[in-house]
Amino acid sequence: MAVSQLIGARVQRREDPRLITGRGHFIEDHVLPGLAHMAVVRSPHPHARIVGIDKAAAQSLPGVLAVLTAQDFKAQISGGMPVTPAFAPEKKYVPERFPIAESEVCFQGEPVAVVVATSRALAADAADLVQVEYEPLPAVVDPEAAMVAGSFKAHSDGPDNIGWDMTFAGGDIDAAFAKAEIRVSERILQQRLAPTAIEPRGVMADYSPYDERLTLWLSSQNPHFIRLFVSGAMGLPESHVRVVSPDVGGGFGSKISPYPEDYLVPAASRILSRPVRWIETRTESVMTTIHGRGQVFTAEAAALRDGTLLGLRLTQVLDLGAYHGTFGAFQACACLMSGGVYRWEAISARTVGVLTNKVPTDPYRGAGRPEGTHLCERMVDRVAQELGMDPADLRRKNFAQEFPYVNNFGLTYDSGNYDGTLDRALELVDYPGWRQRQAKAREEGRLIGVGLSTWVEICGFGPSQPTAAATGGIGLVEAAEIRFLPSGSVAAYVGTHAHGQGHDTTFSQIVADTLGVPLAAIEVHHGDTAEGPAFGYGTYGSRSLAVGGMALHQAATVVREKARQLAAHLLEASPDDLDFAQGTFSVRGNPAAHKTVQEVALAAYGGSLPEGMEHGLEAVSYFDPPNFVWPFGAHICVVEVDRDTGAVAIQKYVAVDDCGNVINPMIVEGQLHGGIAQGISQALYEEVVYDQESGQLVTGTMVDYLIPTMNELPVPTLDRTVTPSPTNALGVKGIGEAGTIASSAAVINAICDALSPLGIHHVDMPATPERIWRMIQEAAR
Amino acid sequence: MGQTLRLKVNGVERIDEVEPRLLLVYYLREVCGLTGTHVGCDTSQCGACTVLLAGAPVKSCNMLALQAEGASLTTIEGLAAPGELHPLQTAFWEQHGLQCGFCTPGFIMAATALLADNPDPSDEEIGRGLEGNLCRCTGYVNIRKAVKAAGEAVRAGAAAPMGG
Repeated sequence: MAVSQLIGARVQRREDPRLITGRGHFIEDHVLPGLAHMAVVRSPHPHARIVGIDKAAAQSLPGVLAVLTAQDFKAQISGGMPVTPAFAPEKKYVPERFPIAESEVCFQGEPVAVVVATSRALAADAADLVQVEYEPLPAVVDPEAAMVAGSFKAHSDGPDNIGWDMTFAGGDIDAAFAKAEIRVSERILQQRLAPTAIEPRGVMADYSPYDERLTLWLSSQNPHFIRLFVSGAMGLPESHVRVVSPDVGGGFGSKISPYPEDYLVPAASRILSRPVRWIETRTESVMTTIHGRGQVFTAEAAALRDGTLLGLRLTQVLDLGAYHGTFGAFQACACLMSGGVYRWEAISARTVGVLTNKVPTDPYRGAGRPEGTHLCERMVDRVAQELGMDPADLRRKNFAQEFPYVNNFGLTYDSGNYDGTLDRALELVDYPGWRQRQAKAREEGRLIGVGLSTWVEICGFGPSQPTAAATGGIGLVEAAEIRFLPSGSVAAYVGTHAHGQGHDTTFSQIVADTLGVPLAAIEVHHGDTAEGPAFGYGTYGSRSLAVGGMALHQAATVVREKARQLAAHLLEASPDDLDFAQGTFSVRGNPAAHKTVQEVALAAYGGSLPEGMEHGLEAVSYFDPPNFVWPFGAHICVVEVDRDTGAVAIQKYVAVDDCGNVINPMIVEGQLHGGIAQGISQALYEEVVYDQESGQLVTGTMVDYLIPTMNELPVPTLDRTVTPSPTNALGVKGIGEAGTIASSAAVINAICDALSPLGIHHVDMPATPERIWRMIQEAAR
Repeated sequence: MGQTLRLKVNGVERIDEVEPRLLLVYYLREVCGLTGTHVGCDTSQCGACTVLLAGAPVKSCNMLALQAEGASLTTIEGLAAPGELHPLQTAFWEQHGLQCGFCTPGFIMAATALLADNPDPSDEEIGRGLEGNLCRCTGYVNIRKAVKAAGEAVRAGAAAPMGG
């Protein structure tokens, strides 16, 4: 069998030639005859009543086609924007969200009107002429203050600001704490982050009034869900809406959920009977594209003096922003993953979602899992520090060892070898050597720290049963279709969406090995709801390979087995007597009697099929995974902190990860590089800042919001172990989010280790020179 | 309202009537139809809009089209003859120096200017040459590798980097 010719190989990416030559097709590269341009009039206030909107000056500008407000859109769009149950099904208060504000704006940047004009510049000019009179209301900025009864409300007609308040109980927490010989507690901040795909969002819509068809081009990770949501809201049959998500310039979670413009642009197109396009500016992006994280944790851990972990009690206060993000409650999975790779007797985790007057939070790379890992890894280090124990030894003592391992909340880790990745990482970083250098540096008054992060991730969403409950109906499986064309080339259709992950390459490798056809004969299609299976489930949560790749593998296997039946008929042999290798079926013991899979494909469209066999050689397959997949690993960061300036310099970064079998190691390493960079960037640089008094966004451009250049980031040393997942035939897990999940904890643990001689136990993110310098000054007093 | 703009884009002489407020990047994208030059930030941080003006890298979102009067511009589309690749394009491909590919044209143009000045840059020199470009996907690891590999190819005589 032709297995493993290409699976496992460093195949150069098939998507690159167009991208390196400027021939990609991103959203802003799409134009249509008669295209009109939309600009959005946005609230400058975080919270205000809309007293009146005067369109006259804008409407009188030559070239302006329409100025539209909520009144106009209410005839076009029904219902509110969707909110899924996710991990917080019992919600207390879900404010209704229409894509455009009518009487009250609840975050800075919320749409209040749109202008459509013949050019983009004209639309922007006219948007400035729309006069909106506001009556400012008090802004709710701090989620913890907003939890207090009687505080200002983010929505003036809301009961309070509590979106949800629920506790996950994993074992008898009081019994675990009753045995405690030591306890440590900490307050840990997860600052708001802007996902910052370098390509901003954009939407183009073409509504065809006579046949009532809508085509929507947008920069999305999730085109089929957008079709579902927008068709429903616009009263169109789902089959009348086509969503095309072309080349997408990065997502990181920010292009999963539907946005107001996804509804407003097609509605404007329907009102005007012409194509309309809106392209987000960077300031609009920081102001209105979802933010990630935005959480405050308080946690207490209980342990025995020998280092045995007993119990973890925590509260997650999650800053929802002004509305629930469509998948915002996914972030509560930080609670379910707060135990990490360790055996705990009990964990009790309370999550409180709090409404504030800011842009909604929603999944950003890792979504809940970086927060859970950061919390767990910080608390484990605090226990080690309290006991004077080496953090590597404490980890080893408490690692889950037997797999499948069921965690405190009933989640089943499929496979793991936590000692294996930690041992390799310690070896690669030269752990004893750094501990010696650290001791010597301390004698010289220098601050060197070594930080460990041993992580595990829940990903690969499905399975259908829990995820259907989490989405409110749609089980997250994946669909794929294989079409073997008569002349021997293969079209593969998948419901996932690539925006940097290299699926065209990885998926081609799977198909090539399964069908025994050359890579060049395979074309992978995604991102167009008019093609392929009825539904696709999108790309997020490191699911594309473990669910989508498996669907493709299954579809290709069905096709191959039909080809075997047909080949047997053509060769007048039994299917069981056929070998399949290098794309050729041959009769066992008589290799001269053979048919290539291409010959069989042509025959499938011919006139000599066996009785009962249908024509064609194609298959649709849905894969519903039996479990999540659970990649894991060990990251170690070494830092030196400058005592005088508080600046952190990363000396060494080692990551040993395990994502099961690897289809393309080059792509896996690339995903880790980028993921690690984003976690380091959270640890050291990035923070969305709102003025605590006024609620105004302070970091509204890339001048103010620090995305690191190559000069701010280390080159990590990577290695891996291979522990296949037993839950799918490919033995694969996921790697898209791994680096981000692991790395913030490694960096902060290293900084805290460096600062520990000064009596500093915890540093919040971003660990800027100013923050650290102030802590050093405070500690010296 | 329009003013006459004369310049050379990818070796082709052009005369266009443009609005005085038209930014160079939108001139390239919308008037010339060269959509490989991207807009990522509007404020000159991300560098996705980098093109070469007389061989020097400029951020075309922070220049008016009329400021390029008389100039010779090179965009990503003009870096290599049709069907061929510039050594930097080859190196980005071979070294997996891109993921989503949106920032890539800007990186390749900035690196082209860097290698034209110095085909054997050190890590620090690469860092200085590309400090005006942001990538959110790669952590820059393979971008750095690609620039080094392209430098080697250039030094080995694969092709001289274009300079406008």
